[in-house]
Amino acid sequence: MDWSKTLVKEEINFEADKKGRKLSYAAAIREALELAMTSDERVFIMGQGVDDPVGMFGITLDLHKKYGQERVFDTPLSENALTGVAIGAAVAGMRPVYMHNRPDFLLLAMDQIVNHAAKWSYMFGGSVRAPLVIWACVGRGWGGAAQHTQTLQGLFMHIPGLRLVMPTTPYDAKGLLITGIADNNPVIILEHRWLLRQSGYVPEGLYSIPFGCGVVRRQGKDITIVAISYMVVEALGAARELEKQGIDAEVIDPRTLRPLDEAIILESVKKTGRLVVADTGWKTGGVGAEITALVAEKGFEYLKAPVRRVTTLDIPTPASDVLEAKFYTGKADIIVSCSEIMEKKVTK
Amino acid sequence: MKSIKVTSPIVFSVCRGDIPKELLREFYRTMFWIQKVELKINELYHEDEMKTPVHLCLGQEAVAAGVCLNLNANDYVFTNHRGHGHYIAKGGNIKAMVAEFYNRETGCSRGRGGSMHLVDTAVGLLGSSSIVGGGIPLATGAALASVLRKDNRVSLAFFGDAAIEEGVIYESINFAMLKKLPVVYVCENNLYSVFSHLSKRQAQDDIYRRFIGLDIPIYRVDGNNVVAVYRAAKKAIAQARDGGGPSFIECRTYRLKDHHGTGSGVEVGYRSQEEVDEWVARCPVKNYERFLLEQRLLTAVEIKQFTDAVDREVEGVFNFAHASPLPREDEVLDYLYQ
Repeated sequence: MDWSKTLVKEEINFEADKKGRKLSYAAAIREALELAMTSDERVFIMGQGVDDPVGMFGITLDLHKKYGQERVFDTPLSENALTGVAIGAAVAGMRPVYMHNRPDFLLLAMDQIVNHAAKWSYMFGGSVRAPLVIWACVGRGWGGAAQHTQTLQGLFMHIPGLRLVMPTTPYDAKGLLITGIADNNPVIILEHRWLLRQSGYVPEGLYSIPFGCGVVRRQGKDITIVAISYMVVEALGAARELEKQGIDAEVIDPRTLRPLDEAIILESVKKTGRLVVADTGWKTGGVGAEITALVAEKGFEYLKAPVRRVTTLDIPTPASDVLEAKFYTGKADIIVSCSEIMEKKVTK
Repeated sequence: MKSIKVTSPIVFSVCRGDIPKELLREFYRTMFWIQKVELKINELYHEDEMKTPVHLCLGQEAVAAGVCLNLNANDYVFTNHRGHGHYIAKGGNIKAMVAEFYNRETGCSRGRGGSMHLVDTAVGLLGSSSIVGGGIPLATGAALASVLRKDNRVSLAFFGDAAIEEGVIYESINFAMLKKLPVVYVCENNLYSVFSHLSKRQAQDDIYRRFIGLDIPIYRVDGNNVVAVYRAAKKAIAQARDGGGPSFIECRTYRLKDHHGTGSGVEVGYRSQEEVDEWVARCPVKNYERFLLEQRLLTAVEIKQFTDAVDREVEGVFNFAHASPLPREDEVLDYLYQ
């Protein structure tokens, strides 16, 4: 059975109501790469399989034919050295985009990402910089198990000097990638495999979405759900169910975790007084921990109830679909968390 | 490629006359500058005004000079924690380097880097990593940039013997060979990593042999012989510039001081006074000075005039650094992003 076909769930179209052209998620990213390569000859693409017949889920398909093998090339699996190669090229003035099938392989490159890319500007007082994009797509399902499904945003969010981007829609995936390539800093983009077959409204031409600028995916007055990446889909589903119970949930998609749009989160919690963070990653020391701590520090007076985190279990991903179902959380867990804190009151 | 014994004399081979006399004199001047700056640090370090772990390259001056005097100003160099000599030989701003040792705002890294993180983009010094082997792929990537831009630059990585123990050297050479990149890998084998001798860390002694299977051109030279280093580097750099791909050079040398700081290693006891003395006798600067005098390439008077002038300049450099302002506390967050 083909892996990718089993992963597609219900289609979401955040921008379906808007007029214009619809593109698949993969085509939107491919268009961003194409526009960046056409408009800036410093841009090049590297990564295992970027010029193969599958072309990285179709994202890099045939770009080597248009731009040549020098600018779109396959790489040895040497993730650490090749990350260093991308950094070195960036420091020397280029704009590399280094693509990986899975973020799990970025762990082999942590020395170059954390010790080098993230520090090259600060450590040299701003006289050099490393403008590169590292792109990877989180896997999920079909027994992918512990080393092909990791959601490592918690690790990367911890590192000063990195940008961390987690898009949710085709529109954002294109605009944020363009911003990432144009940015003068190392940018990590973590996509989610389950979002990749989505389609949506995508404008033609170059446009950028500023980093540190979240969006309200659904307005509500009773509870704030900050949802990361694919969890936005689950949160919107949960919000529809909650509405039937008379709970009006607001769904915030931060889009970038470094920088994080603190204001959009705090303003929402100020309005609702309640917070649930839904992340695709682990709970301990993760993105949920950071966002809830942010609200505890800067918005404690707004809170009418304890905060909740909806995350995966703190274990490696199991292969068996029975265990996998326990490992992942989603719409139902968000509903439970929201219902719980709607009933509870914090006495201050 | 014969093994180089500690006791073997340094033989400077210039009988072919292929190295201009002025360049032969420049080898000396560059090595003397490096030695002088390092000796000055050695002299003042106890004052604790340079609050940074200095990794002196005394004893290794010939590698930096012999290699870098082949490079153009716009060629790229990535170096390591023991990079003072490379920085000077590549033409880096010495005032800015010493100010960095004093953690000053006028330092090459504005006091954010310290002695292990030196940079001078005006002469292609794009940064130094204190993670062993860390600069190797960066130089490889800068070489890739040159290929994409067709700008005819050469990139160079300096690293020590311990970098051979990191996987990134193998990964980088494989990629550089695959793409025929204009990069030269220069290994300064000074026999020690902190207190650990090479024999405690590597299964066999001949570092250059590790990469024979990758078909990369390999040179092994006496790293205390500036002429030998120059000749090997000249071939390697010319090949890289002509599109012939990367090379690897192993320079056998010795650091006369501890891993960091001003000790000799004898006090701690990981090596003997006899061993250190043998290498003091092989000092790349002193031996080369004797050779220049014998060959009448420089006279004793000329040397005295030159060294006196450097002494005065070095005084000025350290005074500048000492008198420079410290970074402002309210700028601590600056330069994280650009």
